[in-house]
Amino acid sequence: MDFVAKLITIIYYCLVAYIAAILLWNLIKTKSWDKEILYIIVLVPFLLRLFRLK
Amino acid sequence: MDNVRAYIRKMILGTLGLALLVTSGISFHRSRNLKEPVVIGSGVTGVKRLSDYFSGIKDTTNDCNVYFLEGKKEGATIFVLGGTHPEEPAGRLAAWLLAENAVMEQGRLIVVLSASRSASTVTRLSGAYPADFTIPTGWGGQKFRMGDRWTNPLDQWPDPEVYIHYPSGQSLAYVDIRNLNRAWPGRPNGSLTEKTCFALMELIKREKVDILVDLHEAELQYPVISTIVAHEKGQELATLASMMLSDNEGFKIGTEFSPKNLHGLSHREVGDFSNAISLLVEAPEPFLDATRGKTTEETLLTGKDEFVVKAGKHGLLFEKIDQNGWPINVRVGRHTSTVLQIMESWTEDHAERGLICRNVPRYAEVRAKGIGYYLHDPSKADPKRVVYE
Repeated sequence: MDFVAKLITIIYYCLVAYIAAILLWNLIKTKSWDKEILYIIVLVPFLLRLFRLK
Repeated sequence: MDNVRAYIRKMILGTLGLALLVTSGISFHRSRNLKEPVVIGSGVTGVKRLSDYFSGIKDTTNDCNVYFLEGKKEGATIFVLGGTHPEEPAGRLAAWLLAENAVMEQGRLIVVLSASRSASTVTRLSGAYPADFTIPTGWGGQKFRMGDRWTNPLDQWPDPEVYIHYPSGQSLAYVDIRNLNRAWPGRPNGSLTEKTCFALMELIKREKVDILVDLHEAELQYPVISTIVAHEKGQELATLASMMLSDNEGFKIGTEFSPKNLHGLSHREVGDFSNAISLLVEAPEPFLDATRGKTTEETLLTGKDEFVVKAGKHGLLFEKIDQNGWPINVRVGRHTSTVLQIMESWTEDHAERGLICRNVPRYAEVRAKGIGYYLHDPSKADPKRVVYE
C-alpha cells in the first residue's frame, strides 16, 4: 500500500509541475492583461502545492 | 512600444503574484511549524515519544510526546488522549492543563496532547479557518495551532474511493482514512493514521492502561454531544461519573453506549482490542456547526454565534445555546472535571488500585480564572522542563 501511495504521489507531483509549467508558459505568451491575471491566480495554488506548503 | 508595455505589465503582475505566493507560503509554513511550548509540571516523572512503542512512526509528523505522571502510591493507570481531532481544541487544552499542573498521589496518569499531530499542522481545506489561536495568560498569551479533523494530506495521500476499515472490513467515508478516530486499532503496515493508532494501542497494552479517556468536542447539530461515550466495560464507571458531575459540578453530561457495529472509534476498538476501559468525552463547540457565521478565532474561543442560536430556536440543535455561547474556558473546565471525576469514581470501587490526582483545576475554577491562569510561562521555566508539541 505504501508503495502504491508513493507512486501515485510522485505521478501527481509530476502532473502539478507540468501544469504549473504550462500556466507559466501561457502567462509569458499571452498578450491579454485579463488572461495574465487569471494565469497568475491559478498558478499560485499549484506552486504552493508543488513546494509542499499547502 | 506595445511589447515594452506588455513586458512591464507582466513584470508588475508577476511581482504581485510572487508577493501573494510568498506571503501565503510563509503563513502556511509558519502555521505548520508553529512551536507550542509545554512547561512540564512537577508531577511529570518522564516524557517519552510515541515511536518508543512502534518504530514505524519514528521521524514522522505523528511521533508525539507522551507524558508520564507517576504517583508515589501504586494504583491503576489512566491514559488521557488530547488532540485526536485538533480542531476540537478543548481536548488538547484540557490535556495541556494536566501535563503542566497535575500531580498524582496514587496511580499513574499518561497524557498525550497531540494524538494526531499531523492534523494539528493544517486547517480544513477551503474552510477559511484561522491558522492559530491565542489563549490570554498573565504573561502575555500562548499561541496554539488551530488544526483540522484529518491528517494533513502532505503527510498522508492519496485517499481511496472508499475507506475499508481494518480489521472489521466496514466501509467508511473515503476521507476518514485520515481520521484518527476512525482508524483504531490500527495496523503496523497501514497508512500513517493507522500506524499512529497501532502505536497508541501498543502503548495501551505495554503500559497496562486501565482506562482510556479520549477528549473531543462536537457541533451542536450532532446528536452525540455533552456526553461520555462508553464501551460496555466502562458503562458503570461512565454512568456514575456523569451522575456525580451533573449533580455536583453545575453542568449536565450524559452517558451513551458505544455502538458495537460502528468501527474505528476509540470507545469501541480500544475496549475490544485491549484490557482498557475506553471512554470518549464530548463538549459543545459551536465553531464546528455548519450553520455558523464567521469562522474566526473569536468564534472559536467565545463559542458565540448568532446563527447557531437561531438554529437552536428552530429546534435544530441537540444542545442548548444562548447569547453567552460556549466559551473555551467552559469547554475545557468540563473536560478537566470529567477526567477528575472518572478517577474519583474509579477509586470508589478500586481503593487498593485507586487514582488520586491533585492540583488540576475543576470546571468552576477554569471558568472563574481562565485556562491561561494555569498555563506556565516557558521563558521563565527551567529550559530542561520545557518541551514542544
